[in-house]
Amino acid sequence: MAVMQVDVPLVSLPDRTTTICASSVSDKCSSTPGHHKELSSGYSASTPRTSATAQRPVKIFQTTILCVCLPERRRGQLAALSIAAVVIIVGVPLWWRTTETYRAWLPVSQIKDLAKLQLHLSADVEVVFARGTVTPEQQKKVPLTQTQDEEHTVDEDTTLRYRYETKYRTATIMEEDALKKPTAAEADLSLHMLSESPCGSLVVYVIPESSSLLPEDVNVYIGQRRTALVRISAQMRVGKTLEQLLAQLEPQIKQVLQVMSFSHTDITVALSDRVRFRPGNKESIADSMRAFKSSPGYEITFSLLNPDPKSHQLHWDIEGAVQTYIQPLLTKLSPLANFSMDSQTLYYTMLGVTPRFDSSFEAYTLNADSLAHVINPVEARLGSNAASSNPVLNFLLYVPDIRHSPLYIHDHRKQEVPSNAFHSPRWGGIMVYNVNGFYGSETEFPVHVNINMAKVMGVFLAQLRLLLGVQSLSPPPGFLVAPCGSAGLADWELDRLMWSRSVENIATATTTITSLAQLLDQIGNIVINDNIAQQVSSAVTSLQLAMAELEVGNLGFALQYSKEAILASEKAFFDPSLLHLLYFPDDQKFAIYIPLFLPMCVPILLSMLKIVSEARQRRREKQAKKE
Amino acid sequence: MAAHRCSWWSWLLILFSLSVFVVADIHETTPVNDHHGGVDHNAQTAEQTADQPAVEERRWEATEVKEAATVDAAADIQGTSAPETVVPSSVPQPKDDFQEELVIRPLHSGDIYASFQFRTLWDTDFMRENKVSHYRLFPKSLGQVISKFSVRELHISFTQGYWRTMQWGQPFIPSPPGAELWVWFQDSVTDVDATWKELTNVLSGIFCASLNFIDSTNTVQPSASFKPLGIGNVTDHSFVRYATLPREIVCTENLTPWKKLLPCGSKAGLAVLLKSEKLFHSSFHSQAVHIRSVCQDWQCKTTSWELRQTLNSVFDLHNSGQTKREWSLFKMFSRTLTEACPLASSSKLYIDITDNPQGEQFELSPATSLLSQAVVLGDRRTFSVYDLTQETTFGSVRSLNLLIRWKSNEGEMLRPLLHAERYVAGYGLQTGEIHTLMYNNHPYRSFPVLLLDSVPWYLRLYIHTLSVTSKGKDNKPSYIHYEPSKDRVKPHLLEMLIQLPPNSVTEVTVQFERALLKWTEYPPDPNHGFYVGSSVISSLVPSTVAMHTNSTQERPLFSSFFPCKEESSYFVRIYTEPLLVNLPTPDFSMPYNVICLTCTVVAVGYGSLYNLLTRSFQIEEPNPGLAKRIANVIRRMRGVPPL
Repeated sequence: MAVMQVDVPLVSLPDRTTTICASSVSDKCSSTPGHHKELSSGYSASTPRTSATAQRPVKIFQTTILCVCLPERRRGQLAALSIAAVVIIVGVPLWWRTTETYRAWLPVSQIKDLAKLQLHLSADVEVVFARGTVTPEQQKKVPLTQTQDEEHTVDEDTTLRYRYETKYRTATIMEEDALKKPTAAEADLSLHMLSESPCGSLVVYVIPESSSLLPEDVNVYIGQRRTALVRISAQMRVGKTLEQLLAQLEPQIKQVLQVMSFSHTDITVALSDRVRFRPGNKESIADSMRAFKSSPGYEITFSLLNPDPKSHQLHWDIEGAVQTYIQPLLTKLSPLANFSMDSQTLYYTMLGVTPRFDSSFEAYTLNADSLAHVINPVEARLGSNAASSNPVLNFLLYVPDIRHSPLYIHDHRKQEVPSNAFHSPRWGGIMVYNVNGFYGSETEFPVHVNINMAKVMGVFLAQLRLLLGVQSLSPPPGFLVAPCGSAGLADWELDRLMWSRSVENIATATTTITSLAQLLDQIGNIVINDNIAQQVSSAVTSLQLAMAELEVGNLGFALQYSKEAILASEKAFFDPSLLHLLYFPDDQKFAIYIPLFLPMCVPILLSMLKIVSEARQRRREKQAKKE
Repeated sequence: MAAHRCSWWSWLLILFSLSVFVVADIHETTPVNDHHGGVDHNAQTAEQTADQPAVEERRWEATEVKEAATVDAAADIQGTSAPETVVPSSVPQPKDDFQEELVIRPLHSGDIYASFQFRTLWDTDFMRENKVSHYRLFPKSLGQVISKFSVRELHISFTQGYWRTMQWGQPFIPSPPGAELWVWFQDSVTDVDATWKELTNVLSGIFCASLNFIDSTNTVQPSASFKPLGIGNVTDHSFVRYATLPREIVCTENLTPWKKLLPCGSKAGLAVLLKSEKLFHSSFHSQAVHIRSVCQDWQCKTTSWELRQTLNSVFDLHNSGQTKREWSLFKMFSRTLTEACPLASSSKLYIDITDNPQGEQFELSPATSLLSQAVVLGDRRTFSVYDLTQETTFGSVRSLNLLIRWKSNEGEMLRPLLHAERYVAGYGLQTGEIHTLMYNNHPYRSFPVLLLDSVPWYLRLYIHTLSVTSKGKDNKPSYIHYEPSKDRVKPHLLEMLIQLPPNSVTEVTVQFERALLKWTEYPPDPNHGFYVGSSVISSLVPSTVAMHTNSTQERPLFSSFFPCKEESSYFVRIYTEPLLVNLPTPDFSMPYNVICLTCTVVAVGYGSLYNLLTRSFQIEEPNPGLAKRIANVIRRMRGVPPL
């Protein structure tokens, strides 16, 4: 292009500088070799001087510019390159660093491990042979330890392994004395006094068939603590060796374990947070839906509903009743969760359904079908707990108003429900308490009624057990289960609950942590603060500890760690700083960047393209030259 | 229950039925174990469980009770489980008591002032540790709040409209427009600010109000103006917090939870009148909850907690479009009274007939012979009383529809002794001046008032310009407590004790500068302006009649709210108007415009620099002029060499 301006009139000048310049142009600007010839020929032709003299100074100036044009070009290219370099080396990292969000380090690989859950549950079982159950030669082989492993795959990510470590030994003298007590209950108590077995472990005493501890038709007695008595039967003793005897005993011991320790159904139900339900037994699904989810605390609220304060003045000694009936159970359950209780009286609370008068019963009835609609208007008045966010268990005592009294609940077979109570899964229970017995012909209203709290609390206690997940399963035939005593809960029942709660906590915490990690992974511009990272790490360590404790059979510690894990994981998951609404979507960000970035990038890109294309062209010419 | 991989149609059906509708189903039924009989039904249960087909998903289940042993054991512990009995006269006296009353006062402006008060007294101690709480009349939600946050005293009010003191006189319980909350905490609270923050959030949930907007920027610790109204001589004002939200709008959603706190709800008693469509069609509406501990007896040996729920409204008689001046319960509330709340120990309706002793102004029907005199707000007033607990009140029609028919419009209202107003002066968006005027209308006595001003930080007060003048002379406040604001952290607090000379106007002025906010700090609709909460003026006003100083004496509720220490004066608290101040408001598309503009400037500058650095310059042969080119074309056509 520069050469194009070197035209004929200019060359005609017999000027020294011009000539040199022109020749230098022709040397370097090899792009137009045709002109070179023209130039030299023009020079030799020495065309006569014409009107060009007047323009000379200008022309000279022009040619000097032409002379510097080549270093100028290089300089331009270098400048463009260096600007591009500065933009890439300094600008882009600077922009990246200043706009990046703070993301603390998360133990991602450990969380990935948690996504694949392998739970090992192990329980210690001690089988103690009383005198007269083993022959002397069998006795030589004890003590003896056996382990049994069971493995279940629940789904592709979850596997369960149960391990029962069974120790066989003969009874000590003190235990023999205890087993000589007249009744099974006394024997149970004195055995408990001898040695306290730790949480989650079991002791099975094998007693001879001649023992008078158990009634005729009972083979197995399950005590209030962690002991069971198994009566050995005559046909079991046919074998000579200990192995044969153990093989004979095993089915019964297994049944005892199923009742007193964890069972596979319990554990799979507890895993419901992780594992979707198989369309299996509806019974078990209904059972699992009934109990409250595991939580670090529960609020229990007793409400007395008096829809007709004009006719009834109700007095309930709730303070005394709670102390007598509910508190022992809750004290026993205190390792599982914190419980707090309160009560209230609500007036003018109507049920959502108007009961129908059934002339055959001479009473008002509530059908099972309509029970679902009963609670809704009441619930608006119950009020949530202002002081905590724990789940609330509601127990309502409904005294029907005088116009709908007496009131009975009917089941699907149109039969009266004897307790006159029903419960709603994961919500609470309602009991209808009729006071029509106090209406006389000359009774003055309002009637003062003192509510029989023993009757009421019996129902509420049963409902509370169900809602807290204490399974009252029917024992297999031949089993006798000791009544659970003043605490309302046997030790092994608590153990069962602790097994399933630990597993449930672990399942919930792992799902929470993995889904949190997934969320943080998916949305790249969520800020992860240090406290969240810390909560996540502590949840992960607690989870690992809980699983390790389960594996070695330390149930109490496992539950404790699993509770910590669930608390930390929930805290991390519900942290307000994770609200994604605080962040701008990407398209808006680019809308803001474009006015700056577009005008800055276009010239850089264009000059880069130009440099590249020129370089390519030069190379092509070089090749052409070589050829 | 979430989505399922399984394709069994039956299972899906169950899922569907669960999600769409709750199917009720009762399954097994086992007779309740009669614990007197002590029969064991365990075996029977097992059979029944076995033969029960699981037909549907069950949601509602009959409770089977088989914990015979439990009940038995528990019954043993208790010794004798009291069988259900008709309670004879020896009923344990309940520790709580509920009273309700309604005062109606025809105002001189032609409006009607209706004031509801509901009081629950409970003899209990919320502060005991690890206590199982059992509530009867006291609402559980508030009880839990008191015990969880260690509240000594709590006062919350929601008000729509401004109380016009000059037209309506003094209200029984004053409240500023918007929401107001002030709380005294127990000494045991260690972190008062955190507790306060949590408390406001919980109250916000209980009352469905935006109390969660209360934070450190609108909370102050008044040093003198808000003393506890209950018992307790607390002087350490670090345990009190006061905040107002003048922008808060009060409506039905605040009334419903308020009504839920009443033992009878809105089902019986005076509360049946509280229909929201009528209540909010009024000139002034204020509802409040006051919790404090009060003495039970004269010596104050025992204390009890008092929950006072009040609702005040002023109905405009003219806006209902009637020509005859007539008022009735039914017209105002679209309800009549049929019964008292059965739980209330007293349920009364008072009509103020002080200005109408001979019935020359208006006529009441049905008439009542019951008259009562009460000293309220330094004045002895006469009331007609309707006792709703008496059957005779409702007459033969079993409903009470009170009617007031006016005969004449005459009558002079006693001017309130103390009243105040406030406004913003100045022009432009840079500076301004707040004027507070306090009127002492007492002809010959001066009395001191405590003025509390809480001004948000974005109005920067120039405290050196503070001036207090009465009757053209400088009036030096005897006590000034000023806490300067901190931007975005805390508001200004100004408290002054000023002596108001008799029959005078005292003017307090202070200049301020308007701050520029960050663009994210503006509320929605910023051009509406920014509210500054009402000034609070608390005073002991000389009384013309002797006040009752015994707080435990049986008195109507409306006259017993503020405790009275001496006979010669009574306590008054008045609120001025809230201010609406305009702040310089930016154009809110500004940030994007600014970004675009600066980017363009930067891009232009950068572009020219880039060009300078990278382009190589050369001079092109100037193009021959147009005339020359045309001439050349012509010359070529002519065959003449070009120029």
